[in-house]
This record gives sequence, C-alpha cells and structure tokens, in this order.
Amino acid sequence: MRVARLESEIDLAGWRSAARSLRAEGVEPRAVIWTVERELFDLAQPSPVAAANFTVPAAFLELAEQVILHRAADRFALLYRILWRLEREPRLIDNPADADMARARDMAKAVSRAAHKMKAFVRFRLIEGAARETYAAWFEPAHRVTEAVAPFFVRRFTAMDWTILTPDACVAWDGERLMVSEGADPADAPSEDAQEELWRTYYASIFNPARLNPKQMRQEMPKRYWRNLPEAALIPELIATAQDRAAAMVAAPTRAPSDRVLKAALRHAREASYGQGAPTTSEEVEAGVQVCRRCDLWRDATQGVPGEGPRPAPLMFVGEQPGDQEDLAGRPFVGPAGQVFDKALAEAGVSRDQAFVTNAVKHFKHEVRGKRRIHQTPDRGEVTACRWWLDAERRIVRPRVIVMLGATAALGVVGKPTPIGANRGKALQLPDQAQGVVTYHPSFLLRVPDADTKAKAYAEFVEDLRMAGKLAGLI
Amino acid sequence: MAVLDLRRKLAILSDAAKYDASCASSGAQKRNSLDGKGVGSTEGMGICHAYAPDGRCISLLKILLTNFCIYDCAYCINRVSSNTARARFSVKEVVDLTLNFYKRNYIEGLFLSSGVIRTGDYTMEEMVRVAKSLRLDHDFRGYIHLKLIPEASPELATEAGLYADRVSINIELPRDDSLKTLAPEKDVTDIKRAMGRMRLAIEDKAEPARKAGRRTFARSQSTQLIVGADEAKDGDILTRSANLYGAYRLSRVYYSAFSPIPDASHRLPLTRPPLLREHRLYQADWLMRFYGFERPEIVDEGEDLDLSVDPKTGWALKNRAKFPVDIQTADRETLLRVPGLGAKAVERVLAARKISRLTLDDLRRVGAVVKRAKAFVVTADWTPGALTDHDALKAALVQPQQLSLF
Ligand code: SF4
Repeated sequence: MRVARLESEIDLAGWRSAARSLRAEGVEPRAVIWTVERELFDLAQPSPVAAANFTVPAAFLELAEQVILHRAADRFALLYRILWRLEREPRLIDNPADADMARARDMAKAVSRAAHKMKAFVRFRLIEGAARETYAAWFEPAHRVTEAVAPFFVRRFTAMDWTILTPDACVAWDGERLMVSEGADPADAPSEDAQEELWRTYYASIFNPARLNPKQMRQEMPKRYWRNLPEAALIPELIATAQDRAAAMVAAPTRAPSDRVLKAALRHAREASYGQGAPTTSEEVEAGVQVCRRCDLWRDATQGVPGEGPRPAPLMFVGEQPGDQEDLAGRPFVGPAGQVFDKALAEAGVSRDQAFVTNAVKHFKHEVRGKRRIHQTPDRGEVTACRWWLDAERRIVRPRVIVMLGATAALGVVGKPTPIGANRGKALQLPDQAQGVVTYHPSFLLRVPDADTKAKAYAEFVEDLRMAGKLAGLI
Repeated sequence: MAVLDLRRKLAILSDAAKYDASCASSGAQKRNSLDGKGVGSTEGMGICHAYAPDGRCISLLKILLTNFCIYDCAYCINRVSSNTARARFSVKEVVDLTLNFYKRNYIEGLFLSSGVIRTGDYTMEEMVRVAKSLRLDHDFRGYIHLKLIPEASPELATEAGLYADRVSINIELPRDDSLKTLAPEKDVTDIKRAMGRMRLAIEDKAEPARKAGRRTFARSQSTQLIVGADEAKDGDILTRSANLYGAYRLSRVYYSAFSPIPDASHRLPLTRPPLLREHRLYQADWLMRFYGFERPEIVDEGEDLDLSVDPKTGWALKNRAKFPVDIQTADRETLLRVPGLGAKAVERVLAARKISRLTLDDLRRVGAVVKRAKAFVVTADWTPGALTDHDALKAALVQPQQLSLF
C-alpha cells in the first residue's frame, strides 16, 4: 500500500505530482490510498524523483479540475484510475459510455451544478456604516466550489467590497485583490438587510397560485439551500394558500364588457370592410392594403407594401411581390433584387426618383422552412384579387409607360398571361393608353447560374429599361 | 389618490407582471465590470436566482412600470375595465430597486413592461428613460429586457434597442380573429410591423456596433402567445410560431397557459390553466428549433397535439416504418429523431461508437432515456424485434404521472 497525502481537499497540484510519480513507478490504482489527513498513515510516500514525463489529453485535466471539487471520498482514486487506464486505452477519454468516465462526468456535472447554484443563491447583505460599499454573505455550497466561483463575483461586483463566508473557505474582495482564508461560522455573517423585506414581497407576488408546482421548484432549488435564502421562509405558506387563491379566482363572478369595449368592437367591424368605392388617393391605397383581406396572403405577411414614387409619374415599374426585406421594411424594391434593379436603372440612364415603383401583389407570399422564409410565386387568383390595388395605383400615377418586371407583373398589368420571351423588346399598347414594356424580373437575373447567359440577360434588361425611359420621354 | 409606499407598489406591479412567461436572461453580449466602473456582468448564460412555488425561474426583476392601461384586452388583468388595484412607479424607483436587488445578487437584471397610459409613445418614453438611466447614470451592465409598445413610434423602439439586451412584443393570441374579439384595440399588423422593423434594426445596428466595440444593440427579440384563451389549436399555434421564427428571427416564442385572473372578463374560460398543453407546445417548439422537425411533421393545422406522449414519441409512433434505427450506424439527423435521445446524448453516441459497439447500458450512461428509446433502436446487445410495431407500444410509453402536473 502506498499513501498519497494532499495539502487540502482541492489540492489539484498535489494530486498531479503524486499521480505522476505513482504512475511512473508503476503503482497500480488499487495499491494507493489517497488522504488529506496528516496523522492517519505513515507508509512510504511516493518518491518525487520518479516523476517521468508523459502526456495526457487536455480534456482529462479539465475533467480533473472539476472532479476534485466533488465531496465524494473516492474522487482522487477515480481520477488516478482513469489516468492509469489512459496509458493502455488512449481513447478512453473520448468514450462517454465507459463506466469510469460516466462516473467522473457525473461528478463534474454535480460540481458544475453546485458552482452554478452558488452564483445564483448567494445573498449579499449590506454592511451598514462601511466607508466603501461593502457586502457580506454566508453560503453553504454543495461541493467545494467557493474558490472556483469567486472570480465570477469579481467580474460582476468589481467596484464593491464583498466577502463570501462558507464552511470550507472564505473569499474576500477589496476592489483590487481576492483573498482566500479558512472556513468560517454562520455567526460571522451579518444577519439582515433592509432590502430583504422588499425582495420577499417581490417573491410572494411574482408567483401565480393557479400554476402551483412545488415539485419543479424543489428540483431546481433543493431544500439544502433554503436555510440561507431569505425568501424561502415564505414557501410553506405560499403553497398552503395557493389552491384557495386560485379557486377564489375561478369562483369570482364575471362582469359584462364595458360600453367602451362594445364600441371598439363595432368600430373594428366597420373598418374591416374597406368600402365599395375604389381608392382614389395614394393615402387610401396605403391604408387600404394594410387592412385588405381580398386574398389570404395578408395572414402570414408582416404588412401590405404599397407602391412608392412621384404621382403622377411618366414611368411606372411593376414587380411581382414584396420579398423578405420589403415585407419587414414596408417598402418596395429594397432587398437584393432592388439593388440589381437600381444598378441597371442607373446604367440605363433613368433615375429611380422619376418613376413609381410597385408590385403586382402587395403582400409577401412565402413558405417557412426552418428559420427561412422562401419566396413563392403568387397564383392567378391572388394576382387577380390584388389588381384592385394595382389598378387604383395606375389611375393615381397615370404613367405613360408601365414596365412589367417578370411574368407575374405582366399578368397583373395585362390581366392575362403574357410571356416575357415573346414580348420583350417591343412596346405593347395597353387599354388605358399607356405603353407597356415587359422584361425580366431582377431576381431572375440573380438566379441565372451560367455567367455568360447571366451577362446577356442583364444587358437585355438594361436595354429594355433604356427603351422604357425613352418611351416615357425621360432620356 | 393615496400615496402608496414602495412595498405596496412593488406588490401590485409584480403581481401584474406574473402572467408574462418570459424570464430568461440569456443571450446577452458578454460584459463585466472589471474596469472598476459600474456594476454587473452577463456571461451569455442566464442565472435563475430563485424559483417560485409555481416552479418558474426568477432571474429578473419582472415588473410593470404601471398597471394603469387605456386598453381593454379581455385576457389581461390590467385592462381598463378590471377592478384590480392600480399603482405606478417613478423612473427612479425602478432604477433604485433594480440596483439594490442586483447588488445583493437577487437578480440578473430587469424585465420592464407596462400598461399603456396616455399614448403608446408617452409610455414607451418612460420605459426607455428607466433603461437609459440604468445604463448611462449608473453604468449598469446587467441584463435589461424591455417590452415594446407596438404602436409607439419606430424611433423610440430603436432607442429602446440601444439600452436593452432583448426586446419583445407580445402577440398574445395565436389567431388574428381572436385578437380582434378579445383585444379589439390591438392591431395585429401594428405588432407585426413593429417586429419587422426590430429585426431590420437588430441586423443593421448590431454588426457595426460590434465591430466598433461599442455596447451592442439589442441582441434579440421574443414574443409570447397565450394558450387556451381562444379556440386556436396546437397546430395553428405552432404554425404561427414557425412564421414568427422565420419572419422576425425571434430567439424565443413563449407559450403561456391562460390562467384565470382575478376579476376576469366573462368572455374567457375560467378553467385551470392547461399546463400540460403548454409543456407539449414547448417540446414541439424545441423540436422545430433544434431537432430539424418541420411543423407539418408534428401536428396538422386545426389539430391538437397528443397530450399523452411527448411530440417526438408521438412522431415516432406514427412513423414506425422508419424504425428501428441502428445506433451504431445511423446518421446524426436520424438519431435526433429517436425518442429518449436528446441532443447531448446524440453527440455522445457519435463519439462513443467510434470506440466500441454500443450496448443498452452504454446508451443509459450517455444520458439516453432507455425506457423510451428501447423500442426504436438496435444496439450491440438488443433488437426490438416486433416491439416497434406492437399495438400496445403507445400505452407502454405513456407516462401517467405527467398528467398530475397541476
Ligand atoms: S396580396 Fe393584395 S389582395 Fe391579397 S391581401 Fe394583400 S393587398 Fe389584399
């Protein structure tokens, strides 16, 4: 039997040097007794000379740092056994299913939980009359985590002076240095703080008696911590009265809605029908698309996106529908397709300020996939439903030329399918005396995979815009 | 009106805040006060400082600035027609309470919400003043969550984003038509537009601020849906959530089982809150966010979730043809769909199986719930045989004690 004696319960450095010697000497795990007590045994100590060099995975040291803080008596031996086995089974550390590894992981988990609970359940009390703002707390951690957790409180409360007293060790911060000393007695801590009355008031009020679930509470806030939590004293009474409070709420007589409520409901019912007369101003269109229910697209969209630009305007651009960014911003052509559009427009020599820009459909049609909204082409029914607004915009803007960007736009403007390939490059006569130009949708240009085809389509697009500009008398 | 003392105000205004499910303080930018100024830190992960007897975490000082309100939303205790006791904090009172609680390590920060008084803008301005004073006058580095008033002006919402770590706008009711009947003065489009603007602001502002090393803009937004106050089915609720996640990149949708409130409006059910339903919705939401499930795989629109089993088990029972899967060879996506195997357990399975063929005991050691997984997996020492297709399998997987949640 060999005895390895450590300086303290959390003496990792001591454990490491002892373990290094023992393993170098080939001392088997079951032949070692690990102890922190001075007088217990006096067998041969591991010899410091034999500390040969060998390496261990970084993950093992990280694990050891945690495990050593556990209160279980066999933690030193367990770590040494894993260290020992690592020589013959180098992949042991990567095997979460191994029994020793699982036990070590459980210990580490308990330690990290204890550390977390310490961050949560320390309750500072103000020391009255101190020169600098000074606080102190008494705490009983489930494992020996005090020193490990202290830096957390340093980061959080750098500008205050504070002390945390525990049975194992005490830590104190004076604004510059962290001091560690021997364990203390609860009597050394201040016994009250005026804020605790307020805190208890908050604790009692924030809980909903209709949802009583003490089991869940105890699982997260184990009873071992209650003694030092000022609010915990209220728990038995809160639990005892909860059922009655909830029952009283259910039993209380209900009241009829006030006149105000009824009036508001009426007002809404009125506003919901947007009237028979077609809108005649942009303001009416803007307000109208927000409450429009002509088709179902409003439901999943953020808002209606009306057109924007001067009225009247010689030139009007009609796109398909708002995209993700347009839907959020409430403005047409601001996303990636809007950028392509702006660029091409500039190359064609037309300024966007001179044109009115809108879409065939005013709400964003899409499908949610994971966290993305994927654009979907509006169907004929939706395009037809939304023509109500597009027609109104056409009447208000009175353009000389309408450019239809893509097939959906053409459907919206012309009222029937109008293929792009067969119709682009020429001026179409529209019934309301305006001339029509059909061309690609800018987002189509973004999607063309082949670079040559893309360049060609883009050049055609610019050409079409230039033609429209000329027809409108802008260039 | 009689002047209320601080304690009485705190009682009223925290009582009024308890129906908001949001309490999380996670997802903040990491900060500390090591440079010796100010107070507070956030380390990314939130800390629950206490648990209430309802089992919920207390991490923030969750209060209303005031519970006076000009609106009349039926599900809300603070609606104008309710007889509840009223109170209003001053900006300074909230700031002092937050700091005093924070320095004693009771809380991670503040979650401030409010009834709407005078106008949306007036109310929002007061809330922003609280956050601004905490950040600028006191150099407070803890967590701040502000609940935005949807009809307040975009400028105020943006200013709120400058001081808050998270903002939220509650949608409250999963169905637009019920919003109309139960909260007639609220406009769902207002709410969605405010969320849309906030997503754009978070995306625009966060990046440059981070690069310049300044305090960043709010990191995220969230919302709450009340469950059980209207007729919406679970499928409708989850569809709404999927849309909200997709449209506004919300970090969380909170589900809050509608709970009886004192002096309730007669338009609402006065039953006990459907806590188990709320729990199942969270599980389903979790599957959508972290396990690669799409809403249609979990439940159809117009349908409710099966309360007797968790949604993953429910899915597996309906898709038995996809099982059993071989623990040794199945890919990650498939393993994530095995009942009883959480994300952590799956990672460990992937690591451990490189070293040896896994047994049922190994599965248990990596943290799987073997009782639930058994019928769906093949391991070195186990095949479920006919168990996967057995009629009684569902009955065996139902955990009767879950029905006693209340
Ligand atoms: S897409 Fe057009 S028709 Fe459909 S709801 Fe929106 S504005 Fe109305």
